[in-house]
Amino acid sequence: MTPLNRKIIRDLWRIKGQALAIALIIGSGVAVYIMSLGTLYSLEGARDAYYERNRFVQVFAPLKRAPEHLKAKIAAIPGVETVDLRIAKNVSLDIPGLLEPASGRIISLPETGEQILNVLHLRQGRLLTPGRPDEVLVNEAFATANNFELGSHFSAIINGHKRKLTIVGIVLSPEYIYALGPGALMPDDKRFGIIWMGKKALEAAFDLGSSFTEATVTLQRGAIEADVIDALERLSEPYGGIRAYGRKDQISNWFVNNEIDQLRAMGNAIPPLFLGVAAFLLHIVVSRLIETEREQIGLLKAFGYSDTAAAWLYVKFVMVIIFLGIFIGLGFGTWLGRGMTELYTEYFRLPFLHYIIDGSLYITAALISIAIGLVGTLTSVWRVQRLMPAVAMTPPPPTSYRTAWIERLLQLKGLSEPNRMILRHTLRWPVRSGLSVLGTALAVSILIGTLFFNESLKQLIDIQFFQTQRQDVMLSFVDVRNASSITEIKRLPGVLAVEPFRSVPVRLIVGHLERYENIMGLDADAKMFRQLGTDFNPIKLPTHGLALSTKMANILGVGLGDMITVEVKEGRRPIVTLPVTALIEEYISTPVYMDLTALNRLLGEQPTVNGATLLIDPIQADTLYRELKNIPSIAAVSIQGVLVQSFQDTVEENIGLMITFYVAFATIIAFGVVYNSARISLSERARELASLRVLGFTRGEASYILLGEVGVLTIAALPLGCLIGYGQAVMWTVLMDTELFRMPLIVDRATIALSIVIVLISVTISGLIVRRKLDNLDLVEALKTRE
Amino acid sequence: MIAKHDKQQSKSENQVTLSALDITKEYHTGEVIIQALRGVDLELHEGELVVLLGPSGSGKSTLLNILGGLDSPTSGRVFFRDNELTAFDNRGLTAYRRNHVGFVFQFYNLIPSLTARENVTIVTEIASNPLSAEEALGMVGLAERMDHFPAQLSGGEQQRVAIARAIAKRPDILMCDEPTGALDSKTGLRVLQAIEQTNRTMGTTTVLITHNAIIADMADRVMTFADGNIVDIRTNKTRRSVSDLSW
Repeated sequence: MTPLNRKIIRDLWRIKGQALAIALIIGSGVAVYIMSLGTLYSLEGARDAYYERNRFVQVFAPLKRAPEHLKAKIAAIPGVETVDLRIAKNVSLDIPGLLEPASGRIISLPETGEQILNVLHLRQGRLLTPGRPDEVLVNEAFATANNFELGSHFSAIINGHKRKLTIVGIVLSPEYIYALGPGALMPDDKRFGIIWMGKKALEAAFDLGSSFTEATVTLQRGAIEADVIDALERLSEPYGGIRAYGRKDQISNWFVNNEIDQLRAMGNAIPPLFLGVAAFLLHIVVSRLIETEREQIGLLKAFGYSDTAAAWLYVKFVMVIIFLGIFIGLGFGTWLGRGMTELYTEYFRLPFLHYIIDGSLYITAALISIAIGLVGTLTSVWRVQRLMPAVAMTPPPPTSYRTAWIERLLQLKGLSEPNRMILRHTLRWPVRSGLSVLGTALAVSILIGTLFFNESLKQLIDIQFFQTQRQDVMLSFVDVRNASSITEIKRLPGVLAVEPFRSVPVRLIVGHLERYENIMGLDADAKMFRQLGTDFNPIKLPTHGLALSTKMANILGVGLGDMITVEVKEGRRPIVTLPVTALIEEYISTPVYMDLTALNRLLGEQPTVNGATLLIDPIQADTLYRELKNIPSIAAVSIQGVLVQSFQDTVEENIGLMITFYVAFATIIAFGVVYNSARISLSERARELASLRVLGFTRGEASYILLGEVGVLTIAALPLGCLIGYGQAVMWTVLMDTELFRMPLIVDRATIALSIVIVLISVTISGLIVRRKLDNLDLVEALKTRE
Repeated sequence: MIAKHDKQQSKSENQVTLSALDITKEYHTGEVIIQALRGVDLELHEGELVVLLGPSGSGKSTLLNILGGLDSPTSGRVFFRDNELTAFDNRGLTAYRRNHVGFVFQFYNLIPSLTARENVTIVTEIASNPLSAEEALGMVGLAERMDHFPAQLSGGEQQRVAIARAIAKRPDILMCDEPTGALDSKTGLRVLQAIEQTNRTMGTTTVLITHNAIIADMADRVMTFADGNIVDIRTNKTRRSVSDLSW
């Protein structure tokens, strides 16, 4: 090894703490990059291969009932490649060992011959055998959650009859990578299952001989999806079709894509922050090193080393730190990526999902880190290159200071000398101080931008489940029923109160904008489903017109008093124009409410309902659930407590994990920035501080000057960090603002305080480490060294 | 804490300010042990000016650092008046330096971010009965340049600020380690005058390290160092005024 290389190693060893802190920051950036994008590629790859191989449907056209001979007409639509017809219905389930009723979606499957579209991936058992109508296949998540094995039984109420079904196969479907029950926010695999049953058996059960309830198609290459959707809607309308839709509105696909988008946003937004901070730290550390070694540099040049050779020495020095960071990041990122991918396998049911090590991703991460790191040290290395040997070997003149502008401005006459030293040193290197402030501020902001999720979700749960939907149980009926049927429900054991609702599918049209939604008709005096105004105070549902969620109002570009064309997609399909008479605030989906009487009038119906919300006596809940399981007219039962619990559990697990990571990252940044700045300061001022110690300053008084600077910079960083953190919170809420789900923007005092405390702890620890160094400063030695 | 003596009391030649008993100092650098002091005994009297002469590495600075409370001997005892310095912990030594000792170094060691005046004030703020910064700087002839930063002062001026900073707290002892080492002769003399004046007017016991034998003539006593010990102590019958010196 050449002596110069040995010098690099020894210099690195001398500043190992600082080098490691910087390497960790680089490593964090690289790790987030590898983790998010690696997981993204893995997920995207697995999804695409799955969709392709299992021929995932491209356009879905559900309807009420249509004859099979319509298939030829559908196939004739320009752009349609393959058509598959099927029966799909919602049913309520009775699962052994589960007290409350569950719900399911039952889908027909050809008993013989090949599956055409949405081909199932068989995990266990076999496909269906003709002539055995009670055999079914179920989705794996449902089977796992209920400990079902091949041969297990459960019951379903199919067209009013309770049927005992036998599981012969456990499968995955590209249509249900993320299996969400009707009205649910999070998958509840215990209480929602997908059931595939023989086509013949299902036709018989639902009296749908030679008929179907959903057409599914794939498209030819180059076909225009929107045109096919229009044609399908026209064809299906006479048969009770509500709408046709493409993959982008298919719920499972939507969630998978939304997750991929978020991974992409995270992978692209976060690493530059870390690498930027690392570049700055490399800059100050290397500048300082070069400053202290200028005589050595002069000497090397005097011995005949070229300018480039001298500069190369420091480039190599920096590269060692960068490579250390890259290796930490690649290793840690791969580990995190594996863990995250594994976590996804719990949520996304794919036949195969493995973390794929993508070489180009790793090379990109390394190259970006190297480039940013070198940019940070460019100016310092350039100075080495330019330094003339004779100049280098004479000591630099004392650093010239000035009275700080702020002292003159504020007439700070009474400022003590130590405070003056802090102030002037801070302002002497405004760029460095500014970047230190920015670095610490980033740490604060990352924490606020992460911790605010806690409060935000608390608010969401409170508004959605405790202020808006206040029922204990929600029932959906199989059919539209006379309003008087509510009295039967009221008589069930444990039911304290019942409120009916009528949900009607509609298309809302304003100019060229349109949206499909269900209008929810509620009694004027409904108490369980309560609407909150834009100020979050409860409002009374207007007796006419539509109460629109603000999100829907934004989508359609309407406000109070504006008119909306409503195409009802049921019954006689009236088309009317209704005014927006109220705006309401909700965080989930884009609901539209209407007075039940007004809705019935609009539909030209006698008072009808197709669901009800209940308040129940918890003591009699079990008895009630048992009864509900056996009522054939009930298609689905959703229990609020279970819903909230599963929502909270999922959210807590995910957010908890995210918070852990980001707290770690923010701590690393805060520590790295403060530790490095303070070490550099100590190195620059060792002589000064030693002089003060000689003059009789105590250790505490001397460290006050050094750490006072850290304190000033930290104090400046806190408000800035809060501001940037608020910006990050805004960014996240905007990124997560979708038609299905929105996050309220709530950055409360507790979040800010916690973020600040975490950063202060990190700052204090790094300050104390530096203080120890200062306490152990060899006074005699420090004074001898000539600057 | 050591009681601060009244500076106005009459100068007594016999009163011992500092005494060292058989002090040794060893430095371990790697596997080599360097014997910097090999059993030094010495007494410094109230108000006297002592010059330490000797070649590099003979132990002068080590002794000065120990007497000034910057360092501790490996063995032996050091007394400041009736207090044993060698029994002090770090806190005690800091208090000793703070209240009783003034230092002047070869390389000034001023705080670059403070003006001349502020460099003095930083010490007077923590002293119990200090001169004002203006008085101290006036004594070294720098009344006109008080608001300049170190980078705006010449070497001699910087050293005089260092002296002003050292004497402003009215120390009992002034420790000067090669104060003229980095200066040309004319500037050096100006600095020595400031030290002499302090010694005469304030009665500060002064220890001055130098290579320059001519400077020894301004001392009451001259101690010559070699190989970690005092090899010669000479008393000047009359002290020569700095203005009579030249080299």
